[in-house]
Amino acid sequence: MRADVYAVDAALRLEGPLLFLRRTIRCGLNEAVEIEDDAGRIRLGRIAALDHDTVTVEVLESTSGLALSDTRVRFLGEPLKFAVGPDMLGRVFDGVGRVIDGGPPVSAARTLRIDGQAINPAARDVPREFIETGVSTIDLMNSLVRGQKLPIFSGSGLPHDQLAIQIAQQARLLDADQGEFAIVFVAIGVSYDTAERFRTAMEGSGALEHTVLFLNLASDSSTQRLLSPRYALTAAEYLAFVEGKHVLVLMTDMTNYCEALREVSASHGEVPSRKGFPGYLYSDLATLYERAGRIKTVPGSVTQLPILTMPSDDITHPIPDLTGYITEGQIVLDRELDRADIYPPVKVLPSLSRLMKDSTGEGYTHADHPALANQLYAAYARAVHMRVLASVVGREGLSEIDRLFLDFGARFEQELVHQPGARTLDESMEVGWRLLRMLPRAELYRLSDRQIAQHLAAAVDS
Amino acid sequence: MSVAEAKISWINGPVLRASTSDTFRINEAALVGRQQLLGEVIRIDTRELVIQVYEDTTGLRPGDPVLGTGSALSVKLGPGLLGNIFDGLLRPLSGEGQYVEPGAKQTRAAQTYAFHPTVKPGDRLTQGAVFGAVNRPDARAQRCLLPPDCAGEVISVAQPGDYAEDYPVCVLRGRGDQVREVAMSHRWPVRTPRPVAQRIPVEGPLFTGQRVLDTMFPLGCGGRAAMPGGFGTGKTILQETLAKWCDAEVIVYVGCGERGNEMAGVLHEFPQLDDPHTGRPLMERTVIIANTSNMPVAAREASIYTAVTVGEYFRDQGMRVALMADSTSRWAEALREVSGRLGELPGEAGYPAYLSSRQADFYERAAHVRTLDGHLGSLSIIGAVSPPSADFSEPVTTHTKRYVRCFWALDPARAQARFYPAVHPLQSYSQDLEVLREFWTQHGNPQWTEQRRRFLGLLEEQARLERMARIVGKDALPPRQQQVLLCAELINEAFLRQSAFSTIDRFCSPERQIAMMQTLVRFIDLSEAALAQQVDMAELATLPLLRRLRRMGEDIGDEQLDQFDALRRDMEAAFIQLAKRGVADAG
Ligand SMILES: Nc1ncnc2c1ncn2[C@@H]1O[C@H](COP(=O)(O)OP(=O)(O)OP(=O)(O)O)[C@@H](O)[C@H]1O
Ligand SMILES: [Mg+2]
Repeated sequence: MRADVYAVDAALRLEGPLLFLRRTIRCGLNEAVEIEDDAGRIRLGRIAALDHDTVTVEVLESTSGLALSDTRVRFLGEPLKFAVGPDMLGRVFDGVGRVIDGGPPVSAARTLRIDGQAINPAARDVPREFIETGVSTIDLMNSLVRGQKLPIFSGSGLPHDQLAIQIAQQARLLDADQGEFAIVFVAIGVSYDTAERFRTAMEGSGALEHTVLFLNLASDSSTQRLLSPRYALTAAEYLAFVEGKHVLVLMTDMTNYCEALREVSASHGEVPSRKGFPGYLYSDLATLYERAGRIKTVPGSVTQLPILTMPSDDITHPIPDLTGYITEGQIVLDRELDRADIYPPVKVLPSLSRLMKDSTGEGYTHADHPALANQLYAAYARAVHMRVLASVVGREGLSEIDRLFLDFGARFEQELVHQPGARTLDESMEVGWRLLRMLPRAELYRLSDRQIAQHLAAAVDS
Repeated sequence: MSVAEAKISWINGPVLRASTSDTFRINEAALVGRQQLLGEVIRIDTRELVIQVYEDTTGLRPGDPVLGTGSALSVKLGPGLLGNIFDGLLRPLSGEGQYVEPGAKQTRAAQTYAFHPTVKPGDRLTQGAVFGAVNRPDARAQRCLLPPDCAGEVISVAQPGDYAEDYPVCVLRGRGDQVREVAMSHRWPVRTPRPVAQRIPVEGPLFTGQRVLDTMFPLGCGGRAAMPGGFGTGKTILQETLAKWCDAEVIVYVGCGERGNEMAGVLHEFPQLDDPHTGRPLMERTVIIANTSNMPVAAREASIYTAVTVGEYFRDQGMRVALMADSTSRWAEALREVSGRLGELPGEAGYPAYLSSRQADFYERAAHVRTLDGHLGSLSIIGAVSPPSADFSEPVTTHTKRYVRCFWALDPARAQARFYPAVHPLQSYSQDLEVLREFWTQHGNPQWTEQRRRFLGLLEEQARLERMARIVGKDALPPRQQQVLLCAELINEAFLRQSAFSTIDRFCSPERQIAMMQTLVRFIDLSEAALAQQVDMAELATLPLLRRLRRMGEDIGDEQLDQFDALRRDMEAAFIQLAKRGVADAG
């Protein structure tokens, strides 16, 4: 029941993004409103709190230019919804789901709540299908799986966009022809260039007709940033769980999202938690990230690749910290590697994919894949430890074996982390075995005797 | 009695105020709005109630009705729990749709269970007495309990047969000739601990099959442990590993504000694994409570109490119960969020001042007890803690530390090197050591206490030497210190490391733990002797046999304990060789 109910001249107070109205109309919590100013411009809003006399509306766009008089508020009588349909693919929307590519409106097959609904944990299917991205540090060391949420923790100026584009273009399943990915890209407060760069890249690889773009640019209102990922994820869920597609969602930059949330929370006068962010930042982010997954009874999947820039490269900052507590791992980019011209500059040690254990090994990728990754991790961790020691006591202060590990570390970064072009998983594994051949067999105790005999016996590589 | 009614006057997220002239009680369950969403009265101020709602409050309006239920927020405990998954208020999640819908009822499928009476008319039953047994083909055997507030003389009891869990299978005459019907299931308020006859001191371990826990930082049965650790340090995997292999008879696993995919993983994996102690599928002894991070936040707060109540219910049947709570920090945050919405004065890091006492109440419900019916039962609690920025000085971790007896600190450096379980041997502790000496003696290692201390001593010295090596270089350390470093490294690699994903090593029997420990102790002894004989430590460090030691956990299974003897013999031979060479070199 979608009644057209207006409140005219009910506005009492405007404070930041909040508009306080006299409660002249029966309305419910979280329901959507449209605020029309005297110039006829319409802004979206949401009922954030209610009592007997007043309605608190959170205006989801810039309030600049709003006045108390001559403001009409239309009550939609239901929460914000988004009309979605199969012909969204190939289209461009703004941050609140309005077509902005000059084309016709999309014909709606469904109208869905942008907040989505929590997937019943018992109805979820365990994500198991390995996605080959062509990036060794991901495929070999921290594999991505259909239905996973795997963020990229980056820093400003690092090539995270390039990496994300590459993944979007190269991602495929090992046993091909299981259908292509549909891509949902949502720009959250990023510059026009970033969004444009993504669009041209997808166009260049002919993938634009499988792509839906949502753009909330740096110039758009920050309150709207809270909505853009929700519109995008609603589209993704529709494509995945109704149309049965495998959807890869790229979200950039989640840091802008969190900052918008902080701004809105402060305007509500809420008690802040760490660094001024609201105490519910964890729950709020979870309502986005948990929208990734698979459902047993339907074919599609939603895989998320959120990108965030860590403020001052600090991984303990609440944004990466809480994200890491929700997502199924993280790929961390590093400034030092970037400076050394290593691309992609993935810092392997703090990176992690929690779903790797369910999607690699016998029956999924290669029987010895997990052990190889494990051994590479152990050896590289030792190399990094030696690097710290060597920086104090000098290379000479190390034992012979320790020096071998030191060299292993350098080659690992140059030959495995660094990669000029895409590699198949088999190629990545080959690089891994080759590097391990540098080290004495006795030190490789994460590998079994069989694995050593089978993969490392080949001509000793110097 | 007429139903108490109130009208909503203010709503903010999951919290609302309602005005009334009827009588409501604190912690009373309430039905909110036209959809009858479940809520709970958390404050009363003259004619105004504050209610927290356990579901999405979208669409609620001022003026909407709130109905009292007359009873405290409670859950139905019965034979249908084992093997199933529920939300934070014990509403079944299996069999439901793709999404979690608001307004769900606490009903369970109209299933029947095979009831077998163990009492006859005329028997006098005390509170909490056992009056029957339930056998399900797909779950372990259970007992039927009288509710803790009910006693009397049996008037009639049903014949053996299949009944629904709500069917009155037993009729009692209680005090004042009051007749009371009892079913296989009964309700119990989640915030009230279930009564017991007596709490008794902890005895014996909750054996987990994890070396770093059982041998180094063991947990007594009926004890309480916490595992704090930053994201990705292995809390969930360790909790799941314990849920799989520990020797409890019933596992209550609560996913509190964590990931949906993890719950799906547990649901997928447990039915396929067998309990090493009984050979039955693990799912048959497990109850899963899932309130994932995107489900309503107030229900997250309740889920912890629901879980501990379910745990006590099985304890009262005379079982050894283990409760895994992942993560208690999300529960604390739910408290903080509701408190914030109420405008309460924030304490440390925004948490309400009562955080610490709530945590104490929760951990206090872990116990080894004599039940009302005279059986022995226990409930052990293992809580994960997720400190922001992995900083253990934050309020939830520091308070938790005051209430637990075992502290298993997870270390990010170990996790990053893929060294699992990442339990840090120098930051962790157990206060249950005294009571466990007996256990290890019975299994054949009367020297456990000394050997454990020796391991820890070496690890401590290693930490000190590593700091020093940073200044002078490793090669510059005298042989004695190099020997310490080697032994400590072996303790880590060969003993503490244990992959949860290795089919051989994911569970380690007490006998194998002892065999591994003694193999290492022997190595330490031999290396000390070699040191006295001035064997070159660099040569010792490159002994090919070390590889076999470091892999012994993965290579030698529980059924091949004799291989440890072979390993020890080879080790002794290798040391004799070394010594000979040393003498030859010197000569
Ligand atoms: N005992 C173990 N054996 C092998 N691998 C492990 C073990 N523990 C953890 N891991 C690895 O570490 C990853 C992260 O572990 P886990 O999900 O348990 O972290 P967590 O501490 O629960 O993190 P969060 O707080 O974010 O939930 C796992 O996906 C797994 O790959
Ligand atoms: Mg976890």
